[in-house]
Amino acid sequence: MSSDSQKPSTGRGPRAARRADTRPLIQFEQISKRFGDVLAVDRLSLEIHEGEFFALLGPSGCGKTTLLRMLAGFESPSEGRLVLDGKDISAVPPHRRPVNMMFQSYALFPHLTVAGNIGFGLRQEGLGRDEIAARVADILALVRLTGFGARKPEQLSGGQRQRVALARALVKRPRVLLLDEPMAALDKKLREETQFELMELQRRLGTTFVIVTHDQDEAMVVADRIGVMNEGRLAQVATPAEIYERPNSRWVADFIGDVNLLEARLVGFEAGGALIDCMRSRLRVAHAPDAKPGDTVWVALRPEKVALARSTPEGADNVMSGTIFDIGFLGDMSIYKIGLDDGTIMKAAAANIARRVEQPFAIDEKVWLSWTADCAVVLTA
Amino acid sequence: MSTMPIIRALSARLIMLVPYAWLLVFFLVPFIIVLKISLSQTALAQPPYTPVLDVAAGWAGVGTFLAGLSLDAYALLWSDWLYLLSYLKSLEIAAVSTALLLLFGFPIAYGIARAPRRWQGILALLVILPFWTSFLIRIYAWINILQHDGLLNQLLLALGFVRTPVTWLSTDTAIYIGIVYSYLPFMVLPVYATLEKMDESLLEAAADLGCPRWKAFWLVTLPLALPGVIAGSLLCFIPIVGEFVIPDLLGGSESLMIGQTLWTEFFGNKDWPVASAIAVVLLCVLVAPMVFYEHMQKRELEAH
Repeated sequence: MSSDSQKPSTGRGPRAARRADTRPLIQFEQISKRFGDVLAVDRLSLEIHEGEFFALLGPSGCGKTTLLRMLAGFESPSEGRLVLDGKDISAVPPHRRPVNMMFQSYALFPHLTVAGNIGFGLRQEGLGRDEIAARVADILALVRLTGFGARKPEQLSGGQRQRVALARALVKRPRVLLLDEPMAALDKKLREETQFELMELQRRLGTTFVIVTHDQDEAMVVADRIGVMNEGRLAQVATPAEIYERPNSRWVADFIGDVNLLEARLVGFEAGGALIDCMRSRLRVAHAPDAKPGDTVWVALRPEKVALARSTPEGADNVMSGTIFDIGFLGDMSIYKIGLDDGTIMKAAAANIARRVEQPFAIDEKVWLSWTADCAVVLTA
Repeated sequence: MSTMPIIRALSARLIMLVPYAWLLVFFLVPFIIVLKISLSQTALAQPPYTPVLDVAAGWAGVGTFLAGLSLDAYALLWSDWLYLLSYLKSLEIAAVSTALLLLFGFPIAYGIARAPRRWQGILALLVILPFWTSFLIRIYAWINILQHDGLLNQLLLALGFVRTPVTWLSTDTAIYIGIVYSYLPFMVLPVYATLEKMDESLLEAAADLGCPRWKAFWLVTLPLALPGVIAGSLLCFIPIVGEFVIPDLLGGSESLMIGQTLWTEFFGNKDWPVASAIAVVLLCVLVAPMVFYEHMQKRELEAH
């Protein structure tokens, strides 16, 4: 299942408009973090806006968790400024920050009941017993755990524990909710349900959510914007659709979803696009890359944008031919691996829109691949 | 073919029996013998008490034996303040020592649990390292340290803390020093075991929820370490009540712990029945905390 096939239409309106009229709630300004000789975060700048659901996505060790822990106050930046709500919070200890975190391990206190866990933060604020009880009851209802207040964490299922952890972090009404791989411990089905619940919750509360995840599907589903991280830097910050359809580098294109990456040479520009030489073929793309004719560029083409045919397609912008050597049946779609005539391997994905057991194409079959000019992205980095 | 499962089931049962057999042979049988002796009277004979069960005389012998049993030894324990004071002294020393052990042991255990993981094993080993030397030799060494012109007084005089040597030896202070020194690993290791299991992120969660570090210690660390604290306290308290060697070598003679009283009755007065009665009562006194410990362990097991 490719990431964009399950992306919901959230109807949250264009983010760009909202971004323009709100000042950034969180500002990372040239932040670096060193652990001994290791540079975990490298001169990183990032702005996150009020009410945004922002995802930090990247492979393990890319520095995304360090960034989140800096926001929570568990790590302090080696260099740079961390600003929350216009104030530098780099030196503010975690217990004085108006942010709350949901831990990957949930970190529920095993000696306290569910209500005790959720009320823990409110007691630190010195609230009265009645108010604490009322707010705990409200938040329990919000996460659909009414009646579970007297249970101990060990008496709950994984999904229930996850909701207690969420309630405990939300009950303090933080300016920012930090979520560290919040669904890593859930099974696939529960994870998908929870993702939608989380989005629903964020929309209702309007709280700024910052989630750290290595699961790109999760980031794509829940987030308004994604910061893709690699080796301590932000590779790209954009909406899920932009990141998927307009990656700014080979690394991002390859990290997010499945992609065919073809090395090519820029030949020249034409009206509204460019011509590219790639594997003895002349390709057309519908945008002008930031490069000079003669430069080496890379063509990134998502498998689902490649159409397969048994005969030469009429009027297609780009055509190549090859032989199918492998077919992966995924249920909703099939992935075809095609060896081009020059030996390059291309992947094409076709949705199985008709209900039939026989595949439309067979292994060793000679096929034509085609795609329109606006389907491929030309990358220069 | 069908005999295999039976043999396997039987051997499983047999393995289950081993601890019970052990307790039967090395605890219950000796205890019944002690109980029997405690119900006898002292006598100038071999063995030094009557009645003696004469199995050769058959049922008549058993009858004579049962008729000869009495509670005289227990009555003596009750009538003489010496014994009651001994028990109280032992409980006092054990209670104060356990509190001191907690005071010293908890920070040590906490320090080890918070040390880098590769150091933890070595630090825990250092705690039990003194055990590699004979217990008696270590207590004798303390006599040297604590005596009038011993190391401790020399040090205090040299540093100018005191002008004349302090009397350490033959005081309760010396007993406490000896006990805390000897029992420290029994406190440190169980507490360390619970602290080491504790998820570091719980403290981060506490901080995240607005709880400063010092407060998180009381609200999170200590409650979670409680099973270890209880286990360590009982592991120390119970044997300290019956401690004999340390008070005998380091303590004074003005008030005796129950172990010393028992030793005197047995070896000094050759009064086996009273010595046995002391042991039986001591056991009854100690059953209470042991039952409590058992209860706690059961709760712990059910919790997981």
